[in-house]
Amino acid sequence: MSKILVIAEHDGSKLNPATAKCVACASAIPGADITVLVLAASAGAVAAQAASIAGVKRVVTLESPAFTQALAAVIAPAVVSVAGDYSHVFGPSTTFGKDLMPRIAALLGAPQISDLMAVESATRFKRPIYAGNAIVTVECQADSKVVATVRTASFEAAGAASAAAPIEALQLTAELPTHTRFVSVTAARSDRPDLQTAARVVSGGRALGSADNFKILYSLADKMGAAVGASRAAVDAGYAANEMQVGQTGKIIAPELYMAFGISGAIQHLTGIKDARTIVAVNKDPEAPIFEVADFGLVGDLFQVVPELEKLVGQKA
Amino acid sequence: MKRILVSIKRVVDYNVRIRVKPDGTGVITDGVKMSINPFDEIALEEALRIKEKGQADEVVAVSIGPADCQQQLRTALAMGADRALHVQTDAVIEPLDAARIFKALADREQAMLAILGKQAIDDDANQTGQMLAALWNRPQATFASKVEITGDKALVIREVDAGLETLEIDLPAVITADLRLNEPRYVKLPDIMKAKKKPLDTLDLAAVGVAPTERLRAVKFDPPAQRSKGVMVKDVQELVEALKRRGLA
Ligand SMILES: Cc1cc2nc3c(=O)[nH]c(=O)nc-3n(C[C@H](O)[C@H](O)[C@H](O)COP(=O)(O)OP(=O)(O)OC[C@H]3O[C@@H](n4cnc5c(N)ncnc54)[C@H](O)[C@@H]3O)c2cc1C
Ligand SMILES: Nc1ncnc2c1ncn2[C@@H]1O[C@H](COP(=O)(O)O)[C@@H](O)[C@H]1O
Repeated sequence: MSKILVIAEHDGSKLNPATAKCVACASAIPGADITVLVLAASAGAVAAQAASIAGVKRVVTLESPAFTQALAAVIAPAVVSVAGDYSHVFGPSTTFGKDLMPRIAALLGAPQISDLMAVESATRFKRPIYAGNAIVTVECQADSKVVATVRTASFEAAGAASAAAPIEALQLTAELPTHTRFVSVTAARSDRPDLQTAARVVSGGRALGSADNFKILYSLADKMGAAVGASRAAVDAGYAANEMQVGQTGKIIAPELYMAFGISGAIQHLTGIKDARTIVAVNKDPEAPIFEVADFGLVGDLFQVVPELEKLVGQKA
Repeated sequence: MKRILVSIKRVVDYNVRIRVKPDGTGVITDGVKMSINPFDEIALEEALRIKEKGQADEVVAVSIGPADCQQQLRTALAMGADRALHVQTDAVIEPLDAARIFKALADREQAMLAILGKQAIDDDANQTGQMLAALWNRPQATFASKVEITGDKALVIREVDAGLETLEIDLPAVITADLRLNEPRYVKLPDIMKAKKKPLDTLDLAAVGVAPTERLRAVKFDPPAQRSKGVMVKDVQELVEALKRRGLA
């Protein structure tokens, strides 16, 4: 039997959908016995959501005002204080998980598998390396703990459980450091779907030319109910916010539809969209590498194509 | 002496299109261009700027790996690092062991700060900095896009999924560099000449007290699944029709 501890990601009241994907990944391990750990100032609401994910055996909580923000240095010792009984400790491959999980692994003296994309057995896993240009199968020792960040684009979220799992509040015994303090977070509040979980994504590259020009993409996205993404070049140039970056060093996404406008298709960008169901590329250069991965390619000027598209989508054929 | 340690990993250049060996035992690296991990150049640039502001006295570049790593360390010295430490080994060094080596050097050098890249573009692990911070029992500010040092504290802006997060951390600490932290300077010819005279010390693993362990064995390498090539459409009309057939428009 594999005892798996999944660290919940949440914002204090809502469980992040990445957690249900970690549960799905954990469920792929034969004989998985899955516990979700919620660390929060007040864990009730999030714990209840975690308890209703199919495959979750139990939810355990640790509460402290110090967990109001998810600071890796503060959370890690608390996780380690309960990780003793588990063979696997999983978190999502989001910035939350990427920050936290290696700190846990080091404290446990355990190896970490980053971006776990497929489970072969309790000790054998696949993960991408070299910006997704190679997939390596790794094996850990059966008697060692293993920590992983789960590549969320590789797993469908686990569904709803027929009956909620039990929730147990644990006593916090770990000493938490005070050397790391949260100051603020600036998040662009938007009513658009979240880039990481959106079914449809409209994305723009350097070709957009300005933040102002990006508005044509927002307008199209709103008509389609899509999230908006960007290439690194567009983010670096200040046309789009950093949290919109898609790719090796941005977000790895797997929407039903990804539409790339004026994006050349550098390998670091393609890494982030390979799992999209349908890729559309619009580029004025017929040789652009993005066309090699696009299901539908259109050679054209995005400034003409986007408004025309906006008119035609959502209309009855 | 206020010292900053910077990681300099020798990796396959980011422009190289990596191919898996036909027998699945690894990726082809023979005759391939090697460079400093791009995130490490950014880490080094940040360390140099901190020193130039008078907030640190010395920047020490560290690389772990085979003899050839000295090429990347020489480049780091040419960029402006004061000295270099090469922990020479032909063994595969997993992030946890790299972190143990950096921890030993952070102690030895009494570092005020260790700046690493957020990830190495070969293993894409994104682990070493966080692991170092854990073993060192110090703060970590990962994925940094802005660093401001004041006395024995630093304010760091981090690129997170939600947007930009600001942390205040006590020094010593570990910072990992994201792409937008800065633009690394170019190396000038006279600097390459000067770098030849800067100290580059070679240590073996015994000197840092780390015996590497194989915790994760790579059993097989595969090329990624290829997407099948799609079709070119002639105009927006045709595109929209194709999308409608898939229920996407
Ligand atoms: C370590 C590392 C990590 C990286 N991580 C990422 C990452 O996570 N995500 C990412 O995106 N990049 C990443 N990059 C950068 C990547 O290599 C490319 O530089 C970047 O993706 C290019 O962005 P772009 O396609 O918008 O710009 P460009 O490559 O400049 O392409 C612009 C395209 O727009 C087309 N175009 C111009 N005008 C029009 C028009 N009017 N209509 C239609 N088409 C037009 C052009 O033909 C061209 O193909 C990374 C690079 C490094 C070194
Ligand atoms: N062998 C090494 N030599 C120098 N730096 C390293 C080494 N291994 C990892 N690092 C650095 O640690 C950071 C994170 O690497 P990784 O955890 O492998 O993605 C990167 O900046 C690497 O350059």
